[in-house]
Amino acid sequence: MAMLHTVNKSPFEKRSLDGALSHAVNGAAILMIEDGIYGALKGTAISGKIEKSLATLKVYVLGPDLKARGMTEDQVIDGVTVVDYAGFVDLVTEYDKVQAWL
Amino acid sequence: MKLALLVNEGPYQHQAADSALQFVKAAVAKGHEIFRVFFYHDGVNNGTRFAVPPQDDRNITVEWSKLAEEHKIDLVVCIAAAQRRGILDENEAKRQGKSGDNIAPGFRISGLGQLIEAGIQAERLVVFGD
Repeated sequence: MAMLHTVNKSPFEKRSLDGALSHAVNGAAILMIEDGIYGALKGTAISGKIEKSLATLKVYVLGPDLKARGMTEDQVIDGVTVVDYAGFVDLVTEYDKVQAWL
Repeated sequence: MKLALLVNEGPYQHQAADSALQFVKAAVAKGHEIFRVFFYHDGVNNGTRFAVPPQDDRNITVEWSKLAEEHKIDLVVCIAAAQRRGILDENEAKRQGKSGDNIAPGFRISGLGQLIEAGIQAERLVVFGD
């Protein structure tokens, strides 16, 4: 019963990433898309929180949205996986349910 | 796998309509079936054929219509949300005494029951919004 949580807001603007992290149980996954990708970057005020969550959760970020914002894959926190839209579709099918944190 | 989408945000508002389009394209390319795309709230604005974005910009509504035609995807606009925002098909225009309709090709206007049905029939419901 693992759930995929999608987050499309920057953690520096809205609290949707916090919402997703506090509801995600062991084995669930977080996928950051759109402005949500800022949550996947190294060396930010919240990157420690993501690093810690990697112990129990899978964390993904959408590559095209990273690129659209001028960010590169080497700026992404180690352990966070970059996926494309095809990978997004695969995650939706691999997990039982999808919850969007808007 | 049978997938359904809910789009709650209009085109050019932020990114939800674009994300949903890209997701549908990727899902279809992988051989998945899109049971339905349901447009709710400001999402109904995806379904007007009267929008004229600049020629060097993407035309989100035309892209939806193309997808609907090429892959027989059911694009459903919520009737109550559509009426509030001036999205009408021929029947609704007649019923409301309006001079014309603006629903884009491939879209149809129906009720919330279509969203519930999509949630039941599809194996996954993916939500895009703001």
